[in-house]
Amino acid sequence: MALPVVPYAARPPSTGDALELPFSLACVPAGFPSPAEDHLENSLDIAKYLVKRPKATFFMRVAGDSMVGAGIHDGDMIVIDRADQVKDGSIVVARLNEEFVVKRYRLIDGRPWLYPANEAYEPIEVTEDTDFEIWGRVTFAITTLR
Amino acid sequence: MIALVDCNSFYCSCERVFDPTLVGRPVVVLSNNDGNIIARTSEAKALGIAMGAPAFKIRDLIKWHGVIVRSSNYELYGDMSARVMDCLSDFTDELETYSIDEAFLRVYVGAKDSFADLGREIRGRVLKHTGIPVSVGMAETKTLAKVANYHAKRSEKAAGVLSLVRSAYRDLALARLPVDEVWGVGPRYTEMLRRHGIETALDLRDAPDDWVRDRMTVVGLRTVTELRGTPCIPLEITPPNKKLITVSRSFGAATASLDELRAAIAFYTARAAEKLRRQKLAAGAVTVFIETDRFKPGPQYSNSVTLNVAPKSDNTWELRELAFSGLARIYKPEYDYRRAGVTLGGLELADLVAKRLWEDDWYERQRRLMAAVDRLNGKYGRDTVRCGLFHTEGLWRTRFAKRSPRYTTRWSEICEVAAK
Repeated sequence: MALPVVPYAARPPSTGDALELPFSLACVPAGFPSPAEDHLENSLDIAKYLVKRPKATFFMRVAGDSMVGAGIHDGDMIVIDRADQVKDGSIVVARLNEEFVVKRYRLIDGRPWLYPANEAYEPIEVTEDTDFEIWGRVTFAITTLR
Repeated sequence: MIALVDCNSFYCSCERVFDPTLVGRPVVVLSNNDGNIIARTSEAKALGIAMGAPAFKIRDLIKWHGVIVRSSNYELYGDMSARVMDCLSDFTDELETYSIDEAFLRVYVGAKDSFADLGREIRGRVLKHTGIPVSVGMAETKTLAKVANYHAKRSEKAAGVLSLVRSAYRDLALARLPVDEVWGVGPRYTEMLRRHGIETALDLRDAPDDWVRDRMTVVGLRTVTELRGTPCIPLEITPPNKKLITVSRSFGAATASLDELRAAIAFYTARAAEKLRRQKLAAGAVTVFIETDRFKPGPQYSNSVTLNVAPKSDNTWELRELAFSGLARIYKPEYDYRRAGVTLGGLELADLVAKRLWEDDWYERQRRLMAAVDRLNGKYGRDTVRCGLFHTEGLWRTRFAKRSPRYTTRWSEICEVAAK
């Protein structure tokens, strides 16, 4: 059974003076409707994938090859999330004396170490005398392929 | 309850987050054209470097103690400020951004929890997420939260967080606050209050209502009532619409050239018109002003002129043509100018401005052009598209000789990290 058609002008206005029209009636369709219309979603946004917490996310450029074993190359851009938790095995940016370094953070017998990912370099033990501070966890490395 | 969160030495702290060589060192940041000290770390304070001191006057001090000097980097500070405010909005739905580095928050805690703990959580979170150290003061009113913040910053025991909520220390905190440090008490009132023996915030709180109202109007009475713990200054969660939009700068160096002044005025008008359109406003008046350098010997001159914009407009070309004609009226070739500016007034929502009787088509096309310009500049960075050709470099350009990289807003200027 067909529903009775109520002309819009005959309907009581819902609130205020303006008559509220459903959004889909605001434009008059011409031609065939898209069969995908009900399935519209936002396109994939790489920024949303790389940046979970915009307020705590920063970018840096890598200089050097000590982390190639971890997939971080000279010239790569890395994404750092300061809010992310740093655990044994995390790759971090740390302030070591007067420099930012990128290393793998390890806890060995309860003592913190900074490990490279390249055999040509030595691990650094963090002692009480080391002027050291974790800046944030590295969450992605972006390599430009040539 | 109200929390006042204030970033410690904000501009210097922003510099420190991205430059490990600044940690533990005295750092200062200079105003536009590298004129005066506008921010300093505690290490720089300890050397006796005063706020507002002209940089050239303390050159020896800077050299002797290895003070690190930076020009202001407003792109960086603006971005870091937005990050801090974003962190704070995790703690409340009622946030008033009071300045670039300060915010009032309405906060609640459970019956068994303490405000001091919440304050420590806020401080810890902002520091971890952004690297910026903040101080948190908490109390029943905005004015008392300011008092709490003052002590949170200075007391070693407070370690950056102080709650005066139902605190036995409130009178002590007020007694230890010089009256000129009370929020809302300016230099003129300070002098008057001191003449009457009112030296501290506590003295002011205990002054009789009538006495305060007679001498400091109801505005002063509001401050006093707030010091007693009764809120009367509401949080301003949405900033009130601006009545004026001003863009002005002091020049990198003085100039007598009309061409230079026109280039500066063109630049300032374009900026002001951008701000206007961002707020969906149209302007009914344009004011142009020019000034010589007050601090230099020699003949002085300053003048301004206001022109009507009819019909009201948000169009860069129209506003600029008016600004140029204003400039031509006040410009005198015999002076060296050091500062100029443009103010837009008579602001009204652009949609409410009466429709144009003629040139309507032209204006509609212009409106779309401006929207396209704003969109391109928003997407590809400032000044990707400019309205008209003017010298972008010149004596009028503000100097930032020692500006740090814009680490968070330009791909070409992000930090380098060593993998070695």
